[in-house]
Amino acid sequence: MKLSIPEEEIMGHGHLACQGCGAALAMRYALKAFGRNTVMTFPACCWSVIDGPFPHSAVNVPLFHTCFEAAASTASGIKAGFDAQGKDVNVVAWAGDGGTYDIGIQALSGAAERNDDIIYVCYDNEAYMNTGVQRSGSTPYLSWTTTTPVKHPKQRPKKDIVSIMAAHRIPYLATASVAFPEDMITKFKKAKDIKGTRFLLVFSPCPPGWRANPENTIKLAKLAVLTRVFPLIEVENGRVWKLTKKVRTVKPVSEYLKLQGRFRHLSEDDVAVIQENTNKDWEILMDKVGEKD
Amino acid sequence: MPKKSEVKIIFESIKDMPPLAVSLYTMDYNKTGSWRNVRPIIDYDKCTYCTICWKFCPEPSIDLEKIEVDGKEKFKPIINYKYCKGCGICWTECPVDAIYTEEESE
Repeated sequence: MKLSIPEEEIMGHGHLACQGCGAALAMRYALKAFGRNTVMTFPACCWSVIDGPFPHSAVNVPLFHTCFEAAASTASGIKAGFDAQGKDVNVVAWAGDGGTYDIGIQALSGAAERNDDIIYVCYDNEAYMNTGVQRSGSTPYLSWTTTTPVKHPKQRPKKDIVSIMAAHRIPYLATASVAFPEDMITKFKKAKDIKGTRFLLVFSPCPPGWRANPENTIKLAKLAVLTRVFPLIEVENGRVWKLTKKVRTVKPVSEYLKLQGRFRHLSEDDVAVIQENTNKDWEILMDKVGEKD
Repeated sequence: MPKKSEVKIIFESIKDMPPLAVSLYTMDYNKTGSWRNVRPIIDYDKCTYCTICWKFCPEPSIDLEKIEVDGKEKFKPIINYKYCKGCGICWTECPVDAIYTEEESE
């Protein structure tokens, strides 16, 4: 029997992630795809804690902890250093959604505009989970967080980072989900072999922040794709949009929402609004992909 | 690549410290198995060696051992209880319900 994903484990045991952490799983797959010839940089995010205290590290590749807003620019600098030494190393900026959607976006936009030869991975858990579930630009519409309490849930939709990055005309951009590791590793390997700025968005559920059971991590990530809340796509040069996971039987969003405590306060009307928004977003995406289904 | 160490490294004086904030050791000293409330146990009579549990383990605390079943090479999943946090992904995702659970008593 052949394994569907590489066997070598680069990420070590004993890291400090919560039970059922999607981000830890994302890192495990990412390192399998990138291999040991990788240098990482973390801004402030869950992974700056998960990695462990000095002098220990769970990542087992060289890494650099940097400040919140500078993941992309630090990676650009590391890459320039390696270029000066004549070494070919994958430089990966590994940031959470806060460090990508909100705080780190100017550094990311700058690096993407210069087309620096870095891989930028954003693991998207839809709030500032590390500091205690505060609302971020990635938090979905009507979701509960500690700063958007049940009486005043978030009134704005999730920021469309994929379109923002596509507008930079970067050579490669893809979304992945921890529930589809084969698809994710294929995309990461493809990204590794391309030159220029590559942006990868990984959907990684957060059981404590989403008020979900840790055993449902994979189920939630799978349902997000099957309900079309988080489509799996690839964009090349900002122009060629491709759908990599075609969903045959689409599930209603209520199935995805009811597994999470952060959506427990929603009424049936609210769920209908979310379903309508999801359908509209899907239509807009289908116009870009140029397929009809 | 960091060295393996099963004990937590504490520097006695400033002279022992490296000149830079670099990672020298893995996190293997941190036995996260103590976080577990429920212990997953694989029933090898039911197990089909599909390796789905290994694929979705975020720790990673499921190791694979190469075995031969009916002349075919297969991978047997073995749970490493030193590090398993008991998140429950393996027993939820197992397609044949070959992983059962017991209340942790240790």
